[in-house]
Amino acid sequence: MENNIRLLINNISVVYSDVIQVLKGVSLTIKKGQIVSLLGSNGAGKTTTLKAISGLLKSENGKVTEGSIEYDGEPVQNSSPEEITRKGIIQVLEGRQEFKYLTVEENLRVGTATRWGKPFKKDLEMVYHYFPALLARKKNLAGYCSGGELQMLVMGRGLMAQPRLLLLDEPSLGLAPLLVKEIFQIIRRVNQELGTTLMLVEQNANMALQIAHYGYVMENGKIVMESDAEDLRENPDVKEFYLGTAASGALKSYKDVKSYKRRKRWL
Amino acid sequence: MEFFLQLLVNGISLGFLYALSALGFVMIFKSSSVLNFAHGELLAIGAFLFLVLSAWAKLPIVLAFALTLVGSFALGFIVERLFLRPLIGEALIEVIMLTVGLAAMFKGLLLFVFGGDIHDYPEFLPEGLSLQLGTIQVPSVYVAALIIGIVFLILFGFFFKYSSQGIYMRSVADNQPAALSLGVHVRRVFALSWAIAALVCAMSGIVLGIINGVNVHNLSGIGLKVFPVVILGGLDSIGGAILGGIIIGLLETFTGGYISTSLREIIPYIVLVFILMVRPYGLFGLVEIERV
Ligand SMILES: Nc1ncnc2c1ncn2[C@@H]1O[C@H](COP(=O)(O)OP(=O)(O)OP(=O)(O)O)[C@@H](O)[C@H]1O
Ligand SMILES: [Mg+2]
Repeated sequence: MENNIRLLINNISVVYSDVIQVLKGVSLTIKKGQIVSLLGSNGAGKTTTLKAISGLLKSENGKVTEGSIEYDGEPVQNSSPEEITRKGIIQVLEGRQEFKYLTVEENLRVGTATRWGKPFKKDLEMVYHYFPALLARKKNLAGYCSGGELQMLVMGRGLMAQPRLLLLDEPSLGLAPLLVKEIFQIIRRVNQELGTTLMLVEQNANMALQIAHYGYVMENGKIVMESDAEDLRENPDVKEFYLGTAASGALKSYKDVKSYKRRKRWL
Repeated sequence: MEFFLQLLVNGISLGFLYALSALGFVMIFKSSSVLNFAHGELLAIGAFLFLVLSAWAKLPIVLAFALTLVGSFALGFIVERLFLRPLIGEALIEVIMLTVGLAAMFKGLLLFVFGGDIHDYPEFLPEGLSLQLGTIQVPSVYVAALIIGIVFLILFGFFFKYSSQGIYMRSVADNQPAALSLGVHVRRVFALSWAIAALVCAMSGIVLGIINGVNVHNLSGIGLKVFPVVILGGLDSIGGAILGGIIIGLLETFTGGYISTSLREIIPYIVLVFILMVRPYGLFGLVEIERV
């Protein structure tokens, strides 16, 4: 039992700047080879959970104050991002954080930082295989790529590190529906063909639950629901609040649209 | 005409030396946003290290040069580890004050050890290095300046463009949180940029020492010229630093040659003030890529 678990988060609390408590006793489990989705509305604490895993909390003055995070049985809470990335956990940040003044291929090469000096030709080929759109643009500055290309770029860049656990933060944000579909298909293929374990944070619950094996729902820094992805899709509460398909769906989804628009301008 | 060409060649050679040292300054600024006020002292330390190894220890010149480069690289690394790293995350003004303090400390130490006199390197540049271009004669030290400037700027160009370590360094300058998320060792990049800065400073310090003699005040004063150079070129642009260096070098020699030698020393600062008034981001600062 123990050894098919990639990540075990046990009752963690996260505090920013010593006073702002954001996570209040979060527990979750990610099995090897699975896609686990973490859903929740704005400000629920999804990104904070990912940063607790990847160690990036540190640079924002955040800290895991209670509980533990075990990766392949080894405690990693509050380790530095340099150490955690070298163990094989890579977080793809929210909002497509490309390196603007580097070309597409140079961006991908930064993904080799955890294994500097090792060959990376095969990995480049692998990334271009999954994201053919990047191949055509490999010599262009990333700053001039479209939103869809950038999402492929940052995901490909994460894959260059040969991650054993890839954390994706809202890959569908601000993309056209057709592109969202394509991105999710690629995520599924990466999971099936490369065997990469994935954690997928999404507000697009509908798409996320179609490719995930298991899902968690977070509210106000706590996990409020968890279950197999199929069951979550059928759950009336999830339907109402996240899939926007219940009777009051029109109102809920209007609220989503509003907050989504507001965010897009910030990015 | 002959005089003009002579000034042109001297100006360009001098410009390459300024460009080389400005490269170090810009690199530290790009990767860690630190303005290094101890730049001139790094130049002086390199020049004096070479003095000790060549004139005092009487090592063969090539060995002395190589050891100076290795020594300054190590020094840059140590300075970052010892003084800068504890201040990562502190307010910018504190970090800047620290470099001002470092400048005073290094200068004091150099004066304590070497005094304020002008020292000389042994003669080692072969006479054959000097060039006869038509009617003008380019002294060997200016030819050396050109060679060192061009060779190292090309080497660093390749390093930043093609090597993995160079690409990691640029990624930190571009988007530090993203670099961190991919496991780029950001603190190591800071240390490396200080090490490279100290190395390029040492190189231009040595050649300037051959031209003007090795003197603490003189060299740390030349180091100050990095400000006009990088303000002209744009603080965050390596290409701009190179062009800025050459422009300032030319301005100096032409002012000195045609107008007055006393104006020569202040012309870079007149340009500095002028540029700040009309184009505060420099002539060649990065064009911001904006998404609409
Ligand atoms: N560096 C920080 N310092 C203080 N508070 C923070 C910090 N980062 C996030 N928070 C707070 O923590 C809460 C959770 O933020 P988080 O980014 O984890 O939410 P999220 O679920 O990812 O939301 P979204 O869907 O908008 O991305 C928010 O109330 C936010 O204001
Ligand atoms: Mg978030």
